[in-house]
Amino acid sequence: MAEITTLAEAVAALVHDGDSVALEGFTHLIPFAAGHELLRQERRELELIRMTPDILYDQMIGVGAARKLVFSYAGNPGVGSLHRLRDAIENGWPRPLELEEHSHAGMANRYAAGAAHLPFAVMRGYRGTDLMERTRVAPITCPFSGEELVAVPALRPDVAIVHAQEADRHGNVQLWGIPGVQKEAVLAASRSLVTVERIVEALEPRPGGVVIPGWVIDCVAEAPGGSQPSYSLGITERDNDFYRFWDTVSRDRDAFLAWMDANVLAGAAAR
Amino acid sequence: MSVTTDAPATADEVQIVVAARRLREARSVFIGVGRPSTAAILARMVHNPELVLVYESGTIGAKPFQVPLSIGDGELAETADTVVSVPEMFNYWIGAGRIQVAFLGAAQIDRHANLNSTVIGDYDAPRTRLPGAGGAPEIATGCEEVVVIAPHSRRTFVERLDFLTTTGARTTHVITDLGVLEPRDGELTLTAVHPGVSAERAREQTGWPLGVADELAVTPEPTDPELRALRELVARG
Repeated sequence: MAEITTLAEAVAALVHDGDSVALEGFTHLIPFAAGHELLRQERRELELIRMTPDILYDQMIGVGAARKLVFSYAGNPGVGSLHRLRDAIENGWPRPLELEEHSHAGMANRYAAGAAHLPFAVMRGYRGTDLMERTRVAPITCPFSGEELVAVPALRPDVAIVHAQEADRHGNVQLWGIPGVQKEAVLAASRSLVTVERIVEALEPRPGGVVIPGWVIDCVAEAPGGSQPSYSLGITERDNDFYRFWDTVSRDRDAFLAWMDANVLAGAAAR
Repeated sequence: MSVTTDAPATADEVQIVVAARRLREARSVFIGVGRPSTAAILARMVHNPELVLVYESGTIGAKPFQVPLSIGDGELAETADTVVSVPEMFNYWIGAGRIQVAFLGAAQIDRHANLNSTVIGDYDAPRTRLPGAGGAPEIATGCEEVVVIAPHSRRTFVERLDFLTTTGARTTHVITDLGVLEPRDGELTLTAVHPGVSAERAREQTGWPLGVADELAVTPEPTDPELRALRELVARG
């Protein structure tokens, strides 16, 4: 049964230095508040996992919280590059970043295998590309048809952190709109934290709603607006201007650090 | 919204209009953000109202009225026929071959229509780190037909890719701001130029000795309704 707690208590209990952590969200429901809490609590040496690292991971990498990134597409969606991520890869600033990259299909299948507690997933793909040599995949032959396929290893993060619209008082969670790979991430991980816009008396069924039962979640924490500048469908709107603004502020190391101090890390000293 | 079609179409507008025309008969198209998205939305508005727009965020049958900034904008989810998870999108829909056409972009393309969206320079010490594969490798092998939309320059059209992210075997057309390339005997060949563009200019902007088709076509000018719809669409975004 999920424990309903504060975000600060949940992060302190579930995330340790050196953990592999998947803060998932596919353009929607990105757990910004939880990621910022990790930074305020100064978690370091993290292996960050996410299909689509965007601004949140740019911030986490830019302050030096990550030693490794496992991903499939790293960009500021619709805007351009992630400048802090590129500075880490191209110049090793503020520290070098180890990379393990896949295609989206590869990452999605890795999460699905992790959720199923299987060692690997089978798919078509990767063949004929240079990714084959650069990442963790292996050719495999179908034992029934003889078809040549590719195996990708399961993803089993230490911790999965996702954001949803609602939870009830038992910690049952419901998210709707673009569901991404959040359910798979929670089921694949050893520990899990779900932040929600609001805690309600009873979940109301929604079209396309994905319900994750509280008994597979460790902690649920209320974090209103916790996916901003991304959005929680029906509750908050995507702040497209912020995505464009980030392109400017993140280009310069000093401007970036000053912005992080003022807007993300400022709460740390007061705690 | 008042826009005019007094000013002649720019090269970028012609590129989008030509890409939209490719979808006249299509059942479904898989699209990313930027120009491919603009072209597909335009196609649905002007040529093919039944066209199913599929974004990798999981929205199938999205009906956007504006060009979305990201592939996961709320309007896409709210107007879609169905919204599916990422594993379902790649396994049941793309991998199973249910999406007919794919529109892809890339930082580099070679004469076999192979694409690079991973790095410029050496992989371990890149000059420019690009976003990475995303959905492209499996989209390019799962969809029946791939259309690449790219700016025509030597930076993009290269003799040799720095990294092969996505294979070009299913690419039928490459639509640039100068013309259209199609594979002939396994090599991209210039088959059409846009109005006012010479084959020589396209050759100059290509990093390999670009072959030119004997029956080189000239793209029909954007019509008034096409240009008006495109300018209204862009003005809304």
